[in-house]
Amino acid sequence: MKKTGAQILVDCLVKEGVDTIFGYPGGAVLTIYDALYHSPLRHILVRHEQGAVHAADGYARASGKPGVVVVTSGPGATNTVTGIATAAMDSSPLVVFSGQVNTPLIGNDAFQEADIVGITRPCTKNNYLVKDVKTLAPIIREAFYLARTGRPGPVLIDIPKDIQAQSTDYVFPRQVVPRGYHPTYDGHPGQIQRCLELLATAERPVLYVGGGVILSGAAPEILKFAEAENIPVTMTLMGLGGFPGSHRLSLGMLGMHGTYWANLAVTECDLLIGIGARFDDRVTGKINEFAPLAKKVHIDIDPTSISKSVKVHLPIVGDVKHVLRQLLADAPRPRAEIARARQKWLKRIAEWKKDKPLSYRHGKMIKPQAVVEALCRATKGDAIITTEVGQNQMWTALFYEFNHPRQLITSGGLGTMGFGLPAAIGAQAAFPGKTVIDIAGDGSIQMNIQELATAVQHKLPVKVAILNNGFLGMVRQWQKLFYGGRYSHSRMDVSPDFVKLAEAYGATGLRAQLPAEVEPVIAKALKTKGPVIMDFVVEPEEDVSPMVPAGEAINKMILL
Amino acid sequence: MRKHTISVLVENQFGVLAKVAGMFSARGYNIESLSVAETLDPTISRMTIVTRGDDPIIEQITKHLNKLVPVIKVSDLTGTPHIDREMALIKVEAKEKNRAEILRIAEIFRGKIVDVSPTSFVIEVTGDDEKITAFLALLKPLGIKEIGRSGKVAMGRGPKTAGVEPNGEKEGG
Ligand SMILES: Cc1ncc(C[n+]2csc(CCOP(=O)(O)OP(=O)(O)O)c2C)c(N)n1
Repeated sequence: MKKTGAQILVDCLVKEGVDTIFGYPGGAVLTIYDALYHSPLRHILVRHEQGAVHAADGYARASGKPGVVVVTSGPGATNTVTGIATAAMDSSPLVVFSGQVNTPLIGNDAFQEADIVGITRPCTKNNYLVKDVKTLAPIIREAFYLARTGRPGPVLIDIPKDIQAQSTDYVFPRQVVPRGYHPTYDGHPGQIQRCLELLATAERPVLYVGGGVILSGAAPEILKFAEAENIPVTMTLMGLGGFPGSHRLSLGMLGMHGTYWANLAVTECDLLIGIGARFDDRVTGKINEFAPLAKKVHIDIDPTSISKSVKVHLPIVGDVKHVLRQLLADAPRPRAEIARARQKWLKRIAEWKKDKPLSYRHGKMIKPQAVVEALCRATKGDAIITTEVGQNQMWTALFYEFNHPRQLITSGGLGTMGFGLPAAIGAQAAFPGKTVIDIAGDGSIQMNIQELATAVQHKLPVKVAILNNGFLGMVRQWQKLFYGGRYSHSRMDVSPDFVKLAEAYGATGLRAQLPAEVEPVIAKALKTKGPVIMDFVVEPEEDVSPMVPAGEAINKMILL
Repeated sequence: MRKHTISVLVENQFGVLAKVAGMFSARGYNIESLSVAETLDPTISRMTIVTRGDDPIIEQITKHLNKLVPVIKVSDLTGTPHIDREMALIKVEAKEKNRAEILRIAEIFRGKIVDVSPTSFVIEVTGDDEKITAFLALLKPLGIKEIGRSGKVAMGRGPKTAGVEPNGEKEGG
């Protein structure tokens, strides 16, 4: 059957199982938008292309399906770059379609021309400029395959305007896998055996779990493995929810703002098994003092993650779900004396936890930590939570107890302020019936506040909880601790009245100024049908604790 | 810090060279020389990259090359039996008193005089690193005016080839 490029695009999306796309029209994609007019796809019209990419990313992280974006050429395309880089750093599957100027004009600095394939080369898993309409369908199939397999990531397809209009014979193509692309899924049996040998004698083991566990759907395997071996589990920011936070073996988060007991456990352990984590500098602190007593095993699907910064004793390349199943199939019960040693180890950790629990002092003003705890209680720990970046993000990680994978959606690798609201919109689009809350700072929320209109227009009832401290709080905290308290340009002297702002957008605005108002405001917000902004006026100079100074060993925590 | 010669088979597509070169520059790795050309199979190009680094760096380089989707096969030839060759064009000053000497040196190295003028020669020479370095050292005192080097091409010894399968078809799903 003959179809135009634009019709092929729409048909391929439907056949790939896409139901929702996020986009913003413009001159170079008018033909695509015309094809969308009569299509069954739900299109969410954002207010800024960065918002479209974060929303698609939120959709992908909540659902596990690739997020899809359509934008125009030039400024539309360049506006996606932060979003694409954010997705790349956190291995989130996206397929981004950008319009491009007509083929004969490419390279002429034509109106709204940008070399988006060149610009996004280092932050996509792969990208394409479509030069022949016959190749469009196979490229789209390949892009979806790449986005969701192996280590997932964003893929961009740049489609010139004339290609969108050209017709060709079309059948939905068979899946073709690029011949240079073969991710390793199963762990090498020899390495699995060696890992079991290390386990058999480990008296003080720790599992260090990252976002790979969530991406590969390995939460049930981690739970089984940890329980079978009686091993405590610490998680990275991206790994939270990969193991239940309420479980007796959970140590919570490790690293720069990790818990006291998680960081000590990693420092004292004799076997550290990294699973779908990448030994990021925010986790390891000073590299040569990271887990100095431990034999280190690293399970990851991406060979470039292994021995990148920390030298590991035993690398296992593979999908963590596959590898954990292999380990579980062959793992013998721990011997009696090892089982006893591990009991002792857990007791030691429990003492650290009792000694220095997560805490904060109540005061006359609302404490941001108390807001996060109240949100957790009010949602029974069951909401989808997105965050912005800064203190708000760390308090969320520390004080909301995540028990399920895909429950926390946050920009870990790139640390993108402005991610939370559009990501919440995307997550809500994937799960219309769920409570979705963006826990925000007053700085970050202003980076993509325009997306509130998207939420209102598309009836996506996201809730935003602003921990309003009047500062770029995390910047202020660093200035207080490491720059002599000189608060250089970190105070937001002027912010909008967030309650009125919400109302101006046609959403609901609520404010709490006293500790007693926190719970009623949350209760009211959760009962409200549409989008809500909750403005919590909190203690302006509250710090995130614990904190490991940059470049220090992670057991050198400051408790504030 | 050892020199490594890495042979990379890539899809012969637009943008692949930029992907490979971009990976090197983004991660702070050095390219000492690079040559690219089509192979027997016109859909595949061979890149020969000479780079320098200690073992962990070379390991990361080969892993990152493998990670690029259009890269089909990566072989680090260093430490395995292989042949590498480079071609150089050298323009030397050819004053009357030196002309015979230059011709003699060129002959020893099996160089070819490919251009002659009253005051210059252009010599074409092919060989491995050592040979070209030695040749240049001998010509230097006579006055080298310009050098053009191709960068290395390399190949493993013996009957084995870099072997590439065609693109794999999977059932639509
Ligand atoms: C786009 C972007 N710009 C700058 C930064 C650097 N940065 C990290 S945290 C932070 C402060 C965030 O302030 P706010 O959103 O008010 O949150 P708080 O730390 O007060 O909770 C800044 C500026 C960033 N992460 N992202």
